[in-house]
Amino acid sequence: MRDQRLWTWHLAAGAIILVLLGLHMIIMHLDVLVGIFNPGSPHPTDWVNVVARAKAGFFTFSYIVLLGAALFHGLYGFRNILFELGPGAELKKALNVVLTLGGLGLFAFGTWAAWAAGALARTL
Amino acid sequence: MTTPDTVTYRLRRYDPASGQPPAWEDITIPVTPGMTVLDGLKVIKETASPTLAWRSSCRMGVCGSCGMFINGRPQLACNTQIKELGTPVVTVAPLPNFRIIRDLVPDLRPMFDAHAALMPHIIRDDMTEVFEPTGEFLQTPEELEHFLQFTYCIKCGCCMSACPTMATDPAYSGPMPLAQAHRYNADSRDGGFGSRRRVLATEKGPWKCHYAGECSQVCPKGVDPARAIQLMKRQLVFDYLKLFKHPCPSKVAPKPTEIKRREGVPEAPAPTL
Amino acid sequence: MIDNQGHPNRLGVWGWLGGGKWGAERYLYTLHRLTGLGLLLYFLLHIFVTSARALGPEAWKASMGRVTGPIFTVGEFLVFAAFAFHAANGIRLVLIELGWAIGKPIEPVYPYRTSVHEQRPLAIGVMVVAGLVALAGGLDFFILH
Repeated sequence: MRDQRLWTWHLAAGAIILVLLGLHMIIMHLDVLVGIFNPGSPHPTDWVNVVARAKAGFFTFSYIVLLGAALFHGLYGFRNILFELGPGAELKKALNVVLTLGGLGLFAFGTWAAWAAGALARTL
Repeated sequence: MTTPDTVTYRLRRYDPASGQPPAWEDITIPVTPGMTVLDGLKVIKETASPTLAWRSSCRMGVCGSCGMFINGRPQLACNTQIKELGTPVVTVAPLPNFRIIRDLVPDLRPMFDAHAALMPHIIRDDMTEVFEPTGEFLQTPEELEHFLQFTYCIKCGCCMSACPTMATDPAYSGPMPLAQAHRYNADSRDGGFGSRRRVLATEKGPWKCHYAGECSQVCPKGVDPARAIQLMKRQLVFDYLKLFKHPCPSKVAPKPTEIKRREGVPEAPAPTL
Repeated sequence: MIDNQGHPNRLGVWGWLGGGKWGAERYLYTLHRLTGLGLLLYFLLHIFVTSARALGPEAWKASMGRVTGPIFTVGEFLVFAAFAFHAANGIRLVLIELGWAIGKPIEPVYPYRTSVHEQRPLAIGVMVVAGLVALAGGLDFFILH
């Protein structure tokens, strides 16, 4: 039963990533051609720009959504590749646990970083 | 007199009784235009190597017995012209992704087991009608178009050999079983989507298909299993999202009520069964 | 009766890479896998590198300092190009795997026009889009900066 659901969410996550990561790539790597959301200086990774985005609730929220979607999409894809190499049932169970816990752990860490950066930016 | 054209068959030989691993053997035979790879195998068995083993039957591309890995591509030996391959050496190996029983004979049982597990037959609430029919099931030509292409499958196994997921994953059902599951899901006479979904929602379903498209490229009957599998994924995703309208299985055609026998037409003889 | 277990004969990972001279879509599948793995690896490291912004400007500058240099610039461009391909091909896969871009079932008449032929214009379009996006990124990375 799970595979039908997991795969549908994999596609949904992909669609979410297309929008949010596309925006992220335009901000970070098409900054000279398109140039948006870098109010402080020309370089997207300068501290002023990082602070400006961390202050904006839209960015904090969308970074967390992108983090969750990308972790799910990437780790499910990785799980597909690993499972297609034909591991035994015990190894499959172990991989499920490792990937789920690893994904949740990274999500918690990334969410903390986004929230803490927002809190720090609002004091500056 | 001109010297006859020849071709060298590079055969993958394996005899389990010998204890040796599979190995290549080169045999050269004369070739004429119109000779198929299967014709060449018969010439080899008659003249050079009487112990060569392979499966074949109809020699005209309808039984699906002679699937082999010819010049790096899974195809039917009876459907493949030696001259059209265009190489002086023709490599003939058993279909990959199946264990080898002997020489060019693959063990196709995993494919048939996966096929049976997906219930490739009409499932309805009124199974008595299926086994003791009182009339025909009503089906429009449009309803037939939804699954007709997938009925042409001859179970040759070429698609299973071409599939990249089958290359590494022993748990994957494979293109043929999945396409045949969709052939029945899409058949308006069938009501078994719920039963099949119980298997298809698990890892035995189409989720490890990533549309490499090779199965459809090599299918000798144009069944297009890749298309069947993607249409099935569509149904399953819409079903999960509760957007899939399960159609009712076809009804039985009503018996005509007004029949008058024409003048001079005799009664049929009594049934003998 | 078959009295032996049979000799193993799976193509293995070589079967992922092509195994033979087959269709172009096979290689799109392989490239989609490779770019996905590359993006995943970069992403997992990226979470840690960018988390430094929660610890103040010095930590941020130190973290960014660790990932500057010509190797990193080229590497990041490759990640961008991988994203361009993976996203464009992903759009194509969603259209195919939800049944929109593969055409209706037909009566097979030789030479067979399979779903692979039906989706080929989409595949070409998707590759052109990916190429243009990667080109735009390359312009931004190497020439305009």
